[in-house]
Amino acid sequence: MNNGFTPVKILYALVSLLIMINVGLLIQGVVRKIGARVGKRHGIRFYQPWIDLVKNYSKRSSISHGVMFFLGPVFRLAGGVGLYLFMPVIFGSLWFSNFSFAGDLVLVLYFMFFGMLGMALGAAEGGHPYSAIGITRGLSQFVVVEVPLALALFSVISQYGTMSLTGIVAAQQGGVQNWTMCTNPLATAAAMLAFLGSMMRAPFNLHMAPQEIPIGPPTEYHSAFLGILQTNRAIFPMAKTVLFMNLFFGGAASWPELILKVFLIYMWSVFIGVAFPRFRIDQSIRWFLKVPLLIGILAVTI
Amino acid sequence: MGIDELKPHTVLSPDNEEIAVDPLRDWFSDARPRVHPPNRLKIFEDFMNWARSESLWILGFATGCGAIEMRPLMTPRFDAYRFGIQWRPTPRQASVFVISGYLSVKTLKRVVRSYEQMQNPKFVMALGSCTINGGMYWDSYNTINRLDHYIPVDVYVTGCMPRPEALLAGFEKLKKRIRAGRAEGANRYAENFEWYKANQKRVIRQWDMPDYNW
Repeated sequence: MNNGFTPVKILYALVSLLIMINVGLLIQGVVRKIGARVGKRHGIRFYQPWIDLVKNYSKRSSISHGVMFFLGPVFRLAGGVGLYLFMPVIFGSLWFSNFSFAGDLVLVLYFMFFGMLGMALGAAEGGHPYSAIGITRGLSQFVVVEVPLALALFSVISQYGTMSLTGIVAAQQGGVQNWTMCTNPLATAAAMLAFLGSMMRAPFNLHMAPQEIPIGPPTEYHSAFLGILQTNRAIFPMAKTVLFMNLFFGGAASWPELILKVFLIYMWSVFIGVAFPRFRIDQSIRWFLKVPLLIGILAVTI
Repeated sequence: MGIDELKPHTVLSPDNEEIAVDPLRDWFSDARPRVHPPNRLKIFEDFMNWARSESLWILGFATGCGAIEMRPLMTPRFDAYRFGIQWRPTPRQASVFVISGYLSVKTLKRVVRSYEQMQNPKFVMALGSCTINGGMYWDSYNTINRLDHYIPVDVYVTGCMPRPEALLAGFEKLKKRIRAGRAEGANRYAENFEWYKANQKRVIRQWDMPDYNW
């Protein structure tokens, strides 16, 4: 099936990836700066995430506990980069459509989980005998987060009759009233709640918070490994936000529109994150199987 | 782990087989620290030193009384975050170890363990006069007098305890030292490892950990 793949598309995709890494780091710095200013501090400099990244890559030594420990962050980054590369970023642009093709919505669902799974294999070989506990908690939460997300996606697919993200974005052009937010609000609600669960922010960030549990990936990975994980932390949330923007908020036809929408959707998770305390893993699983699941089922049946 | 468990003894395996075990030889690695020299390209190393100085991750291990002066740095009044200083809970990810005050022998053992788990390049900032010459506890049976004999120190901040502003000035001095390329404490530790280890073992009687806790 010829979907118009030419080798120059690789160059376009790399440029798009490079831009998105920088956007992700910038948004991280800006959000932390906003949090600091709200707390009446000056806070970190907005370019601090870049310096942290350079510092981690410039560490001269690192301890590896084996092949899987080494590959864990690589899988995670592969998941993040893979998720980003198969999504259309700017609708209708030759440069920034990445490798989007018909049926890429299913591939996107796969990549979202793949990164975390690879990381679990890696963290289990960490130096700590119980480091697998740290990552299984994250995995179990992520599994239950995907339930309302998948239901919302099925609802959207059956509404538009296509599994291609480009097709879904094309069907939403022509004004705010065509966005999925307005034509299918139940699916949007279920998916935005699932979005909260996967953005690694409170109330669903127990597995990621280093103060909460001193074992597992947040503790064991260091030096260049941590650099890879931080790079993924710049790409993966941005890729997810772009995915949600494409599915529910009309996509973006230009870079300013993209940055504005991505920032606002990201701030949705930030606002909820700073206002609420953390759930335990079993509490979050129970929460996700109540209201978001109900909204998701309603979205599919109606 | 008690000291008796480190002598050679026999254990009973699940198959009811007696196995002779020598823990210090079998369970602990006898790796030695390596010297990691700076990068040969000067402009590259200068850039990396600049990044290391602007992003100081402190280990969240409050060793003594000076830790109470470290807490205000996280608050809006002194705000160390605007200087790129952040706190990390694990020695693997931290690059600065702040020894805040007197060091009892019990804490010294844990400090050595945490310090050796940090990755090269790593820096030590010592607060207070107790780290310089023993300070108020110079004749105590349980504290050490010269911190520099046990782990390599980069910057001393005098005071008893130094105020948060003095700590910030100390961080500024540490940044200048890192940027000048003179903060190579980790390499100094690896080069003089035998001397440091002899000093540590002289005061720490119950040594039930590997010689090098990588």
